[in-house]
Amino acid sequence: MSEKIDARGLSCPQPVVLTQQAIKKGLTEFQVLVDTVVSKENVLRCVEKNKLAGSAAADGETFIISVSKK
Amino acid sequence: MKNFLSSRWGIIATGAVIGIIAVSLQKLGNPANMGICVACFERDIAGALGLHHAAIVQYIRPEIAGFVLGSFIIALFTKEYQPRAGSSTIIRFFLGVFAMIGALVFLGCPWRALLRLSGGDWNAITGLAGLITGIAVGVIFLKNGFSLGRSYRLRKSAGWVFPALMVALVIMVAVGFRVSETGPLFYSVKGPGSQHAWIPYSLAAGLFIGAIAQRSRFCTMGSLRDIILARDFHLVSGVLAMVVAATALNFLYGQFKPGFANQPVAHTVHLWNFGGMALSGLAFALAGGCPGRQLILSGEGDSDAAVFVVGMIVGAGVSHNFLMASSPAGTGAFGPAATIIGIVFCLIIGFTMREKVS
Repeated sequence: MSEKIDARGLSCPQPVVLTQQAIKKGLTEFQVLVDTVVSKENVLRCVEKNKLAGSAAADGETFIISVSKK
Repeated sequence: MKNFLSSRWGIIATGAVIGIIAVSLQKLGNPANMGICVACFERDIAGALGLHHAAIVQYIRPEIAGFVLGSFIIALFTKEYQPRAGSSTIIRFFLGVFAMIGALVFLGCPWRALLRLSGGDWNAITGLAGLITGIAVGVIFLKNGFSLGRSYRLRKSAGWVFPALMVALVIMVAVGFRVSETGPLFYSVKGPGSQHAWIPYSLAAGLFIGAIAQRSRFCTMGSLRDIILARDFHLVSGVLAMVVAATALNFLYGQFKPGFANQPVAHTVHLWNFGGMALSGLAFALAGGCPGRQLILSGEGDSDAAVFVVGMIVGAGVSHNFLMASSPAGTGAFGPAATIIGIVFCLIIGFTMREKVS
């Protein structure tokens, strides 16, 4: 079970900050939950920048971003 | 559907178009180096409504309504319209109040700081230095877990309130509404408030910028924050494109006048140009967006952003009524004191609103 970061409802740029912190902790496999398209784009950009792979899937009103090694 | 405007070239195109429209609006009647200024225009709206009585800055600016409505319409189309609220509302209100107080000490929001720079007003440099400093402090808080808490979904109608108010304002200014001979709406007969483009031009410009800013997520504060926070140069490429386009067009129109002294709607008190923008930058960083971005978010249904905007409009009233706003002659009597109080307020919020998120 990979770690889940619930960033739903948090305003910009907190979803990115939380993602960054997870990456800094050395995590390479985790999920980020967000609920706006903007946060989804921002988190994906942050993941890309850190040379990890990210893919987003919509689950109702939530986007689940799965991060993994490239 | 791939969203071109959120790509690197998309944000650059957005910034360039905003720069071109802003400078063109100056040519069409808006005040010098103030083709678009979110803070100044909200201040003018506050004046038109009678929230302050500075006779030279009273006018309902259709650009502001256009930003909100342009974002609202495009968000409905792209299904990004999403009513939400509940993230430290009263704190966001006061962040808006103090952001405006700081902006009126400097005389402009970040958008206008960039436009002033593009017009050769070097006082903008100290302002932008202040802005960067304020944002940098905000980033330190963000890195240490600063959060105003989560927002929550609301019913669809909740997000309509603010756009509806904007429609009402546009109708009122379009018909020249007044309750009586002497009273609101107030319309400046001289000074910056009397200088404006034809209403349809202003509204169209606002709607268009609102739409492309929504699609591209254009944010001046965010552009600097992302560099400090994550070495992310995405948003700043749009901001730089805005400056380049605006500067080029200012040269073309013969509006580029370099120097510190005698710049339009500006003063040369460097310390408080710096201080005012530092306060604003910190308040924007804590609230998660520059004043333009807050209007766009309001259109998307973010009620917390709308409360920030209302805070800015009220802040403009307070600023002028309590002699905090600057003028070309220099800072207002209580501007520096209010700036310090605002910075202390933001620091307290920054230190106390922290969440340990695992």
